[in-house]
This record gives sequence, structure tokens and C-alpha cells, in this order.
Amino acid sequence: MLPDFLIRATIAGLGVAIIAAPLGCFVVWRRMAYFGEATAHAALLGIALSLAIEMPIFTGTLLAALLMAFTVSQLSGRGLASDTLLGVSAHAGLALGLVVASFLSGVRIDLMAYLFGDILAVSINDLYTIWIGAIFVLLLVYWRWSPMLVSTLNEELAYSNGINPKREKLILTVALAITVAVSIKVVGLLLISALLIIPAAAARNISSTPEFMVIGTAVVGIVSAITGLQFSYFFNTPPGPSIVCVSLTFFLILSTKKLWTIGH
Amino acid sequence: MQHLFGTVINVTLIATKDLTVKYGQNIVLKNISLEVQAGEIVTIVGPNGSGKTSLVKTIIGALTPDSGSLHIKKNLRIGYVPQRLNIDHTLPMTVQRFLNLTQVLDNQQCLDALDVAGAPGLLNAQMSNLSGGQFQKVLLARALQGEPEILIMDEATQSLDQAGSADFYKQIETVRDKKGCAVLMISHELHVVMSASDKVICLNGHICCSGAPEAVAIMPEYHNLFGTGTDGTLALYRHNHDHRHDEHVHSAEETP
Repeated sequence: MLPDFLIRATIAGLGVAIIAAPLGCFVVWRRMAYFGEATAHAALLGIALSLAIEMPIFTGTLLAALLMAFTVSQLSGRGLASDTLLGVSAHAGLALGLVVASFLSGVRIDLMAYLFGDILAVSINDLYTIWIGAIFVLLLVYWRWSPMLVSTLNEELAYSNGINPKREKLILTVALAITVAVSIKVVGLLLISALLIIPAAAARNISSTPEFMVIGTAVVGIVSAITGLQFSYFFNTPPGPSIVCVSLTFFLILSTKKLWTIGH
Repeated sequence: MQHLFGTVINVTLIATKDLTVKYGQNIVLKNISLEVQAGEIVTIVGPNGSGKTSLVKTIIGALTPDSGSLHIKKNLRIGYVPQRLNIDHTLPMTVQRFLNLTQVLDNQQCLDALDVAGAPGLLNAQMSNLSGGQFQKVLLARALQGEPEILIMDEATQSLDQAGSADFYKQIETVRDKKGCAVLMISHELHVVMSASDKVICLNGHICCSGAPEAVAIMPEYHNLFGTGTDGTLALYRHNHDHRHDEHVHSAEETP
């Protein structure tokens, strides 16, 4: 029989794997990898601030992630190249968060837990947060799937079909911020991008349509979460990085398989 | 006014009046007034940077006009063929899925759509593996679904060679005659396009001249814009529209 904390960790991991599947695909298709990273890094500032003013951590991270996402999308295309802009914002968020955290007297903040995740310590309340967030995001993506996909392909094509791509991008940004906020506990803010991108990149190799790719990404994510946690339990390795390593293995195997198929 | 399928149709699909569009301080379109009627083929020609693409973007709602009026028929069904469509390599997309992007088609409808657009047998191909010409035809096939009232095409033949684009325009005309939809297209390939059009609009930030292709071809404004060097190659083929003449002959002939 598995210990309770491992069961809770697995349920949390499954929630994050499922929510990360559609979002991870959009991040890959729209080349938003660095954008996701900036949003995740901003979350540290949110954590520090929510500890300072005694706000729930989830709310703080969500607000910081949203703020970062909107700032970056507003500023992009006005002067700085977007990778420069994202580089500035991502590391500014991280640095500011660390500095603000050091000012907090009386609160011992476990930085490692936020940077690399603390999935073995998820509480029942954390599970509620993760799954409510996950279900909300899934419903949102399901509802907006077709318009978001058309907007991703081509903005003019979207307009000509009466879709406003700016609105779809906004919805995607909100969904991404929620995903970041619920995933921090599981993999930590430094590895959220990995969780978004690696399963999607792995599934790309075996997918013929966008929908298959999302399903493939979910499968890779779920198997990675379960296997990674078991591995971590038996070999005493850090759980978040172990999950990422398992999905990396999937990526390597599926990419090699694809290269092999093309070569022959 | 057009005679199509024995009935007289005179519905205005798109009408602009003194339309002005700016990018920041730059005026890209100035006082554009034009109309597109149902079933009409309208071609917009103009040099690079003349605002052709901005005009199309304004009509489909991607750009907001700064002044003037833009009237689009209510619930106008637009079949849009973009200038370029880069499907990111990371986004898997079969031709069949692409055709189903904004509407639900069954297998047979997809096959028919590809036949009409002249690209049969591509149903299960990946979009990223298509050649330029095949890709363009699939874009056309998608745009033709859902009974569009107007096809809007932005330099749709950019990736095609001379013969390929002549072929493509013939396809457009066939489609227009079959489906009765209007066509609004942008092109710089005057010689191929013009004869197939009912109306040509010469654009260079403002409308320099417009009218029937034969009339525009001899207007001085047109020659100022494109030079007189094109005279010899102008109008590679002249097309007898069967809705204008009684004969149902499609012929191509050289004109001076």
C-alpha cells in the first residue's frame, strides 16, 4: 500500500499533467516558451508579496502571473525585441521576488519548495485548488478550442471568420497564468516551462492533427507524473525534476523513432 | 448588375466611402471609395506598399479605419485566402483537418472540395508537406466551403509560377461561374489577372483609377503607376465571360 502523501502527490501530478496538455501545445505552436517562463518567474514575486500581506499564495501567484502576462503582451512590438523584453521581465520577476522575500522578517520561506516544487507535501486543500483550476482551464479551452486554433494558425483567417484573435490570445494568457499558479506546488517555478513544453514536443512526433497532439501530450504527461513519482519514492530523488526527466525520456524515444522512420 | 442563373442580382456586399486608414502617423489608405456587388470579380492592383493588403485587412476587420465608412453586408460569408500561411512545423495538421477548421464537413464533402479546387487526392497529407501550388489550392478549397458570398484573396498566386497562376485564375473563374460568389483579389500580375476581372481598381495609397479592365489598361494614371513597358505583355489572354455574351465559349487569345 502506498503512503497517503504519495497518493495525494499522484492526484496532484495528474491534475497538472492534464491541464498542461492543451496549454503546453499552444505554448509550443505559438512559440510562447519564453513567455511561459516569464509568467512562471513572476510568480515568485507573487509568492513573496502574498506572504508579506498574508494573502493566499494561490491568489498572489495568479495575480503576479497575470500582471506579468499582460505587461509583456502590451509592451511587445513597442521597441524592444520580444525575447529581450521577456528576458528582462522573467529575470526581473525572479530577482525582485528573491529580494522581497529576504525582507520578510518572521516568515521562514522555503525557497527550494517554490523553485523546485514540493509535491510530496501537497495537502487536501492544495488538491482542491489544483483540480478546480484544472477543470476551469479545461472547460475554457474546450469552449474556445476552435477560435483559439484558427487564431494560432493565422490572424487574418480568424478575422475573416468573425473571430477576434486578440480576444483569444487574452483568454489563452489567462489560462496560462492559472496553469502556472496551480503547477508551482508540483514542479516549482523553474520547471513549469519544462512541464509545458517537453510532453507536447514528445507528442508532436506521433501526432497527425492538433487534437491528437493534445491527447498524446496528456498521456505523456500522466505517465511521466506517475512514473516520476514512483521513481522519486524508491530512489529518493527530488520528485519534480524526476517527473521532468521521465517526460524527457519520452521525448528522446519518440524523436528518435520519428527520425528512424523518416530515414527508412 | 450581373445576370447569374437567369436572375438579376444587385446586392452590394462591400461598400466603402472615403475610407482612411493610418498606421500610427502614416496614412496608408486615403479616401478609398469602392463597391463590390454580388457575383462580381474585382481586382485591386498596385505597386508594393500601395496599401493593397491594408485594404483587405480593413475589409475583413483586422484593421480599424480612422475615418470614412465601411459597410459590409450583414453576416457576409467570406472565403478568405491569405497571402501566406505559415503553419508552424510544431503544429500537426492534415489537409482534412484544415478543411474542417471553421466548419464541419464529412469525408465526401472534403473530397469534393479538393476536386473543385483542383487538388484531388491530398486528403490525408500533412499541410507542411505540400508544395506551394498544392498548398494554395487547399487554401482555396477551404475558402470555398460553406457557400461563401465572396472570395477574398491576397496575392494568392505569389508562390506559383506563370503557368501555375494562369491556371489558378482560370480555376477562380470556373468557381465563380459555378458558385456565383463574388471575388475580390489583390494582385500585381496584371497581365494574367485583368482580363478575368469585371472591375479593376488601381491603388497607390488612394485610388488612381478604376473601371473595366480594357478601359483601365489604356488610362494614363495606370501607365504612370506601372510604366508603359508592360504594354506588350499586357492581357495574355482575353476571356469571353459567358454571362456577358451569349456564346458559351472560353477562348484565350493574344491581344496587342
